[in-house]
Formats: sequence, structure tokens, C-alpha cells
Amino acid sequence: MEKKSITININGSPRTGEVEDRLLLVHFIRDDCALTGTHIGCDSTHCGACTVLLDGTAVKSCTVLAVQADGREVATIEGMEGEALHPLQEGFFEEHGLQCGFCTPGMIMSAKHLLDNNPKPSEEEIRCGISGNLCRCTGYQNIVKSVQYASNKLQSSESAGGK
Amino acid sequence: MSKCKTSPEVGGMGHSVKRKEDARFIRGQGTYVDDVVRPGMVYMDIVRSPYAHAKIKSINTEKALAHPGVAAVITGETLKEYNLHMMPTLMSDTQMVLPIDKVCYQSQEVAAVIGTDRYSVADGIELVEVEYEPLPVVVDPFKATDSDAPIIRDDKEGQESNHIWHWEEGDKAATEEIFNNSDVVVKERIYIPRIHVASIETCGCVSEFDKATGQLTVWMTTQAPHAIRTVLALVAGHVGLQEDKIRVISPDIGGGFGGKVPVYPGYVIAIAASVVTGLPVKWIEDRRENLQADSFARDYHMDCEIAADKDGTLNGLRIKTLADNGYADAAANPSKYPAGMFSICTGSYDFKNAFVEVDGVYTNKPPGGVAYRCSFRVTEAVHAIERMVDMVADEIMMDAAELRMKNFIPKDAFPYHSPTGWEYDSGDYHAALQLAMDNIGYDELLKEQKEKRERGEFMGIGICSFTEVVGAGPSKDFDILGIKMFDSSEIRIHPTGKAIARFGTKSQGQGHETTYAQIIAEELGIPFTDVSVEEGDTDTAPYGLGTYASRSTPTAGAAAAMACRKIKAKAKKIAAHLLETSEEDLEWEVGKFSVKGVPDKAVTIQDIAFAAYTNHPQGLEAGLEATHYYDPPNLTFPFGSYIAVVDIDSGTGEVKVRRFMAVDDCGNIINPMIVEGQIHGGLTQGLAPALYEEISYDDEGNITGGSFMEYLVPTAVETPHWETDKTITPSPHHPIGAKGVGESPTVGAPPAIVNAVVDALSHLGVKHIDIPITPEKVWRAIHKNEVA
Repeated sequence: MEKKSITININGSPRTGEVEDRLLLVHFIRDDCALTGTHIGCDSTHCGACTVLLDGTAVKSCTVLAVQADGREVATIEGMEGEALHPLQEGFFEEHGLQCGFCTPGMIMSAKHLLDNNPKPSEEEIRCGISGNLCRCTGYQNIVKSVQYASNKLQSSESAGGK
Repeated sequence: MSKCKTSPEVGGMGHSVKRKEDARFIRGQGTYVDDVVRPGMVYMDIVRSPYAHAKIKSINTEKALAHPGVAAVITGETLKEYNLHMMPTLMSDTQMVLPIDKVCYQSQEVAAVIGTDRYSVADGIELVEVEYEPLPVVVDPFKATDSDAPIIRDDKEGQESNHIWHWEEGDKAATEEIFNNSDVVVKERIYIPRIHVASIETCGCVSEFDKATGQLTVWMTTQAPHAIRTVLALVAGHVGLQEDKIRVISPDIGGGFGGKVPVYPGYVIAIAASVVTGLPVKWIEDRRENLQADSFARDYHMDCEIAADKDGTLNGLRIKTLADNGYADAAANPSKYPAGMFSICTGSYDFKNAFVEVDGVYTNKPPGGVAYRCSFRVTEAVHAIERMVDMVADEIMMDAAELRMKNFIPKDAFPYHSPTGWEYDSGDYHAALQLAMDNIGYDELLKEQKEKRERGEFMGIGICSFTEVVGAGPSKDFDILGIKMFDSSEIRIHPTGKAIARFGTKSQGQGHETTYAQIIAEELGIPFTDVSVEEGDTDTAPYGLGTYASRSTPTAGAAAAMACRKIKAKAKKIAAHLLETSEEDLEWEVGKFSVKGVPDKAVTIQDIAFAAYTNHPQGLEAGLEATHYYDPPNLTFPFGSYIAVVDIDSGTGEVKVRRFMAVDDCGNIINPMIVEGQIHGGLTQGLAPALYEEISYDDEGNITGGSFMEYLVPTAVETPHWETDKTITPSPHHPIGAKGVGESPTVGAPPAIVNAVVDALSHLGVKHIDIPITPEKVWRAIHKNEVA
């Protein structure tokens, strides 16, 4: 099958590959780039374990072709930690927002999209914002608290920054 | 336990310390099976049957083999050469790995394609040509034993019908006598449908066979790595795969809930493929394969009868159950218990007698059934009794809470011997229900309901007061394929006072790396952060039966405490040597031995550990370590009382769980944060089958709920805010008084929700609704008299 050369900027690093048109973005991320934090839990866009940000918007990378991401920016869980943990990572740790950890990266990326667009979401808005991500362990309650933790932390660091 | 014995830094029992395993999971650095990559690894995909029952006339692999990315196609004939086409189930039944001449359920494995990458093998399975001749299908278990029903397991010698086994418990005659002498008898057929655990990670493995050494290493999504290794050796020992040549590694697991206990055909085919090709082979199910072919849970048709007196005294219980096992009895029950712990069905109540019988049958559906986050059929038992108690209350017009309070086993009656042979270890059922009622404001809710009913609004209050039965189990009764259901802990204290502990269990999200370390911190005073916990590698971990049925804390957790006590006994000898005194003069407080009456004269566990390698007393072995295989004297019996409040939209039939109060009692608590988290998750997995989830089949045996399009796993939007509380009644026989908790809420939540819905509709004459309670079922119940 014919292959195309693509370059996707993942977490700030350009990643180039020769790929078939049909290659899913999630397989490019996991198999070609060895970034295995993005998981696969279904093949029908329901579970959200494969959620990444594509040009800042949360997408399910099992339903995006790698060629569609050519020349674009992708953010995965591996890019979340800078000098310190991202407040969402910290929130999931502090508020016990995970158990088996399989849904966690996708959940964190969806929550990132939510907070980027709605910095102070209500509980209902958080529940809505993560409703494309299934979790079988936590019952979502502590995930909601984790997102609230991150929201508060991001707010307070913004105001501490003199805003 | 009201007060912690250890400081927060030591982090023993009762501290909500943060989880150690989370450091990798929040960074996306967990290692799940699909993350495992081996040099030269190839992929496997599986051709599956479109028919529920059909003869295989031919399999043509020519076109698939011509695909440039395909390396091999494996069929039943390939496996038959090695006598690997059949395998035993955990229930001593047999099942096909790959078929030779017929298939018995839709989505059954028919052939496997091995190739260079995921996409080539997906192409390859489309190119395998299979010619089928459909056979008559058995879907309805009630028709499975009809004289004209086709025999599904005609491969089994002496199998002349689709009946598998009959099992009964209790005194039939005495129970009948009670029924004859009671004022009130209430009957109902209750169906608990097929459901699927749907862990977010599907099943899979990477199998690597080294031809030079004959060594097989399998990374596998398994909750029970040691048992799996033994089963593999039993299946494949005759082709040289002896147990010493097999290493099973269970990496991080993305949820198990019972679905990752069995040996699935895909694992065995991948292993065979690795042996045949000499290459590492990766097989990862997709979601549809997972839902359609892996072990299901439940599927019990229960004819329940309960006998009571007019004053509300419960006298007798009788349940006759038909268990739809699918094509093979591939349940994961202890050998002596083909219907698991179903006979716990007298629940939290002091019945005079009970009789329960279960018949298992074959149908043309996937084999099973495993648990869905419960201990061997206890969910079915609790559903039956908690529904029936409510039906009695309705019949004699008594409040459902009052009826429960009247019939609870009193707290001074423990250890309590149930009419079906269980010895409940401890309980205080009145306290748990009272706390739930006080917390939720039960009396006010009754008033609110009355007012709303007058206004034509539908609001219901439902109670479930369950008793769980977990921690299998005592070796006298409990084994799987003959292997006794103990579990193990091996603890080594390093010279610097740090420790490594290994276990026969395997966490799938339960937090063992944290909670086991806390048990050791409690017993030895070594900070939990100084204890590394390892599980899941059969080459390094001591033998154990794995994690399911809420057994880890009751068995391996107990083993950790016992191993610590062996270590402490030796530590005391070393301490006496270091303090130049006799053992009798020493006393222990967390983390150190001191001379009685002279608290300053003390040595810490760290001092002792160092001495164990540098200055051990003559005549005593060096080192400080112990292993314990814990054979529990009894099961543990967690319990709780749940109250659900639902509002129903009479226009759409939609049920909204407005409030849910869960009071749990799991004995002494290791980590309250983790326990509460497990309860949230378990409640959500109770809500799911109560309202949403079902795997159903049409008359041809076609699955009608086989993807996440139809199988509705609740999201954060459907899931309510859970309210939780606890009572603490320690287990008298467990070394740390703990009981196990992860599954209680899955067991207790569904009847509470069903009872609430039925309560909301009771004034319309509604007595029972089977789960899942869909809007359609509710709408029909409300509008049945309006629609012609």
C-alpha cells in the first residue's frame, strides 16, 4: 500500500513517519512514536482512553487518521509535566482520581480541554466535559474533585501571577 | 478502628496515604500489555464466527497467506497436530481453542492470522474463507433441555442433553414444612441478565517462545498469573511447555473485575503461534471481541419464594435457578461450588430454613460466567433476597426498613450459622441500616414521597441490606482445579531497614502497592514508603491464586501480617542480643523493641535489620525475611445498608437516582481513601446493570449488544454523586480484622435501585421489574392501563 510522509508536532517535537493513509493517529502515537501513555479501549469513539489534543482541541485519536494530523500540533499525556506536574496530574494524585490508571491519560487530556475553555467549571460542567471518557473504577466522583483541584490551583497561580 | 497506631509518616492502617502507583499512571508511564514490545514481534488477529451454531465445511487460507504482510494462519487442524485444539475450563469442563468441525456461539474463534503489523493481520482475517452450514440454535435456556433441542456438546462422551449439573443446598423437607405453616407466601421470577465487565483495557497477551532454551514468557492481562501458568502447563505440558519453562508476567492491568480470570482461547492461540513461528506474538482484542466472546457474568433465572407470617417474621426461602452457562461451563468458581456462593441467599436475615437449587445448561452463547466485580454469584443471591424481602413488605403493607430491622440476624448471634451452611463471622446489621436511615433522613423522605404521590409525581425509596461473602477461601472447601485457595506474601527486610514484599495476588487498580505496604508498616513500623510491593511475575512472586472475589486483603493481606509476625519474632531475638537482655524483658511498640520499664533502652526495627546482616547472634540464621502462605480459617462477611432515592419522569420513563446513601462495613480499614474510592466505583458498577447494561441475543443467537454503541457503560453524567459512610465491625478471625470491600457496592447497589423504582410505582400495582430498568420498561409499567 502506498505510503505518505507526514510530520506531526507531538508535545513540541516534530515526528516524521512514512505511513499508510489508513493508519490511525493513535497507532502513530503509540507504535511509531512509542508514546504509550495514550491508550486504546474501544474502536468506536466511545471510551475516550485515546483522547489527545489536536491543535488544542480534545479528539479521540482512534478516529483520526495520522495523515489528518500532518503538519498539526498534538498534545499527549507525556507532554503534560513541565518542571513540575501539571495541576491536573497533581489533582488526580491528591484527590485519588484514578485506580487502574488506564483511562487516566485520556481523562486528563479531556479535562485539559475543558479547563482551557472553561477555567471555573461547575460540577455539572465537569461531568459533561468528561462524558466522552469512560472510567470503570472510580465512579467519576474523585475525578470531578481532581478537576476541581486543578481548576482552583490554576486560578490561584494566575492570581498570584499578578493578574 | 477509631485511632491509628502509627504516625502519618509511617502510614500504617487507617491512614489515607496517597497511592504509590499513581506516580507512573498520572504520567502515562504505566506498562499495560499493549505497551509491551519485543524484538521481531508479530501480531495476531482472529477470524470469528458469524453464526451461533454451524458446521464448518471448509477453511481456505490461501488468499490470506498470499497477503504480503501475513506470515501464518493457524486453524484448529494446526492445533490438533499438537493436541492443543481443546482446553480445560476452570470448572473442569472443556472448550475449544479453535474448532475442527463446528462452532457453538457467535464470535467464536475460528482461525488466527499472524502477520507483520496490526493492519496486515486485519486484512488477513478478511481473506480467510470459511464455509459454514448453519445448525439449529439453542438460545432460550428454558428450551435447552427440551427433548427436541439439538445437543450442543455432542463432542462430550455421555452428554445426552444440554443439562450440565444440578446443585442444591439446604433442607428441602424442612423448608417445605415451613412454607406449609406460614401465613404469607410471595413468589416471583427474577432474571439477572447477561452483562459484561467491560474493563476499559480489553484482554490480550504478548507470547514469546525461545526455541533455544524452550522458555516461554507471556505478558498477559491476567488477574491470576500463577493459576494461569499452572493451567498452561496442564494444557501444553505434553508439548514440552512444562511449568518451569513458563513465565507469566501480569503487567499493569486496566481493570479486571473478574473478566481477566479465565484462560481465553486467544491466549492459547498466541502461545501456539509463538511456538510455531518462533517469534514473539502480540494479540490484543478489540472492544467488540471483548464484549462478544469473553466470559459474561450473571444470566441467572431465579424462581424465588419466600414464606412469612403476617406480623412480618420471615420464615423460609426457596429458590430454583436456571443458570445459562453458554457453550461451556467456563465459570471461575471454586470447584465444589458450581453455582458459586449463591446459597448465601438468606442474606442478612434469620430464616428458620431455606432450600436452594441451581441447574446449569448449555446454550449457543459464549462460555462463562465469571463474576462482574463480585464474589462468585453473591450478587445474584443478594438481588433475590433483597427483592423478595421488599415484596413481603409490600404484601403485608409493612415498611421495608421495619421489616428488615425485625428480621436481621442480631449482633449477638455471631458467629451465625445460616440454614444453608455458612458461618457468618461478624456483623451489626441494625446499626448499619439505622445509620443509613439517619444520614439520608428516611422519615422525611417518606413524607416527601407521600406528598409527591398526591401530586401525581413518582418518587421511590429503596433499601438494600446486603451480606457479602468474600475471601475464598479455607482449603478444606475451596480450590480451583485442585489448587487450594490460600494466598501468599514473601517479605525481605534489607540491611538498611527498607523492605521488598511480593504477593501471589495481582492488583488491577486496587492499590496493592500502597495498601500491602501499609499492612507491613502497621506490623513492623517500617514507613510504607520504604516498602516496595511486587506482584504478577511468576518467576519472582510466591504462589497464590490471584486477585478477584475481594480476596486480596482477606488472604494475601493476612499473609503479609503473618509474615511480619514471623519477622518480628526473629527481630525480638536480635533485639535481645543487641540490648543484652532476655526476650521476656522486651516490649514492642510501633517500630521498636524496648526494655520493659526502661523506654530509653530501645532498638528500632531498622537497627535490628542492620544487625541481622552485620551482627546477628551466634546460633541464629543471618537475614530478616519470612514467607507466609495464609489458609484462612473462614471467609469474611462484609455487609452494609444502602438507600436509594429515585425520581421518575412519567412522560419518558427515565429513572434518575437523586440520592444514594451507602453505609459499608468491611471491618478494619487499611486506607480509608482507597476504600471510599472502591465504593464509588463499585456503586457505579451496580448502577450500570440496574439501569443500563445487558448483553442480549436474538432468536438466531446473534448478539444485539456487542459494542459500546449498544452496551451502555454509564458516564459521569448518568452517575450520581454518591454519599458514603461506614460502621466498623472487625472480622474476629482475620489477623488485622479486615474483610474486603471492593465488590460490596456492586452487590448491594442494584437491589436498592430496583426497590426504589418499584416503590415509586407500587401504587400502580407494580410488584417487580427486571434489570436493566430501561425507560421503556418503566414507561410501560406506568402506562399499561392506558395503551390498548
